[in-house]
Amino acid sequence: MLISVTQQPIFIIDQSQPGFLVVNLGGSWTLHTNPPAPAELLVAINNTVRSLTFASEQLEDWDTRLLIFLKTIISAARQQHIEINLTGLPPGAERLLSLAETVPEKSIYSKNVHDFLVTRIGRRAIDAYAQIREMAAFIGEIIIESRALLSGKSPFRARDFFYFVQACGAESLPIVSLIAVLVGVILSFVGAVQLQMFGAQIYVANLVGLGMVLEMGALMSGIIIAGRIGAAYAAQLGTMQVNEEIDALRTMGISPVGFLVLPRMLALMLMLPLLCIYADIMGILGGSVIGVTMLDLSLVEYLEQTRTTIHLSQCCQGLVKSAVFGVLIGFAGCLRGMQCGRSALAVGEATTSAVVTSIVLIVVSDSIITFIINS
Amino acid sequence: MTASAPAITVKALTMAYGSFVLQQDLNFSIAQGDIFVIMGGSGCGKSTLLRHMIGLKPPAAGSVWYGEENFWELPDEERDRIIRKAGILYQSGALWSSMTLAENVALPLLHYTDLMPEVIQELVAFKLSLVGLSGFEEFYPAQLSGGMRKRAALARAIALDPDYLFFDEPSAGLDPISAKNLDQLILEIRESLGATVVIVTHDLASIYAIATNSIFLDSDSKTMLAEGDPKTILQECTNPTVLNFLTRGTGKREVRTV
Repeated sequence: MLISVTQQPIFIIDQSQPGFLVVNLGGSWTLHTNPPAPAELLVAINNTVRSLTFASEQLEDWDTRLLIFLKTIISAARQQHIEINLTGLPPGAERLLSLAETVPEKSIYSKNVHDFLVTRIGRRAIDAYAQIREMAAFIGEIIIESRALLSGKSPFRARDFFYFVQACGAESLPIVSLIAVLVGVILSFVGAVQLQMFGAQIYVANLVGLGMVLEMGALMSGIIIAGRIGAAYAAQLGTMQVNEEIDALRTMGISPVGFLVLPRMLALMLMLPLLCIYADIMGILGGSVIGVTMLDLSLVEYLEQTRTTIHLSQCCQGLVKSAVFGVLIGFAGCLRGMQCGRSALAVGEATTSAVVTSIVLIVVSDSIITFIINS
Repeated sequence: MTASAPAITVKALTMAYGSFVLQQDLNFSIAQGDIFVIMGGSGCGKSTLLRHMIGLKPPAAGSVWYGEENFWELPDEERDRIIRKAGILYQSGALWSSMTLAENVALPLLHYTDLMPEVIQELVAFKLSLVGLSGFEEFYPAQLSGGMRKRAALARAIALDPDYLFFDEPSAGLDPISAKNLDQLILEIRESLGATVVIVTHDLASIYAIATNSIFLDSDSKTMLAEGDPKTILQECTNPTVLNFLTRGTGKREVRTV
């Protein structure tokens, strides 16, 4: 195999004739070599020079690396109003340099300018106002389309609905089981440490039961579904927006809200309370494992204690919460998807924003509901 | 061609994104049965003009008339009624990705007619065979090539036998042969349905091959620089921008359709 030894790139300044500056280029000027800095040459370019020429007989190889070097020199020479002669350069390099200097196409787009702080605040305010209006319009459209659904005039497709029911119901069971069991275990651990000090370990069952039914079942399943389904909704609708599929529905007179958003939201509203019940049971079972193995309680004793503690009204409280969460997750996911811009980046942003919005809405609404019920 | 009232008229239309004006004071009309081409360089607002005409985005100023009706002044239901008579082929095809080709073509029929399912099935098969896709009923859009997707989208656009057909860059992303076949298909469908066709494109070959009337939008002067049959414009126009566009910068006034 032939190994070519590349010569170091160099330049030699020749000023033998007063007023004439000749730059001799030698060696290999490529992206893979390390050419010298043009500092020495820039010093030589001063007002005593009248003409700048190049010689490239010693030049072995060149690419864009040489061109950016030359560009620095040429613009320095221009500033000194020195006459520049490029004929000594390789013909390709000369052409590329002149190509790079052709006047850019005049652009109808103005450059991004940095606005003043006040302007930026103003823009943000206008954007925020537009967002609120959009949100209100979206809610309105959902209400109109729900009415159309009740009167049987909606483009709603049952097949889509059942598909989404499957996706957020049955297919979410494994992850909900895992999280709910572990939350039950955690709750019972936390309680056991304190209650054992008073010999009241049986009340771990109360703690876990009430904790799951009132709060954690709905909250955990809501957060899991926000990540799993809310994100998926935003990504699906966002991609459809990018592909103009939503425009295609609109121009066909089919409401995208009735056709795409309602089946998704209804599936969530139906499945999230069911998932919540399931998570409650799983959490209580998780707690009982700790109760039986670490606290010397029997399983029957533990479950009986749980049964006497929890009332139906408390279960309903969790169910109401999860139904509300279902609406909020569906709303946030679909809204962000429908608002999505027309690029891959925008789809990513819509997805993230759907999850963040859902979780914020879940936690805020949870505190509001808890406050209302308990006051 | 009969001298009937124009199918679509655009009056003093201004397009803008925020304070950035794309085009202003556009005035033109499209006769019944025309194949009307909106041409111009990239970024001059061709596709935005189409969005104004099909009801996706209200114009900043001016009006669009369908016959005697001022489109953007109408209530929503009336606008829907007009746009229902239009078939639209989007740049990306915009087939609904979660549905098969048959379901895509069937959806407008299911939504707007009371036909029996068997009849709809036959109609769908017929429309798909018109665009050369019979046998592909159960395929999903993702399983097809770009050209096939465009044709399937055309089948959906003509599902309701529209009076108006809008095309957004029909030849974008197609090889020359597929683009030519699509042009042929557009011509045939126009002949047989008698629809008014509006095409946004910058594909010169297809402009010369099918257009009967056209306008040229320019992004520098922000208005239309030429109007008429593109072949006539090519011979008679003196505006350097238009001539540059129509001759691909060569300045030779000859029609090349291939």
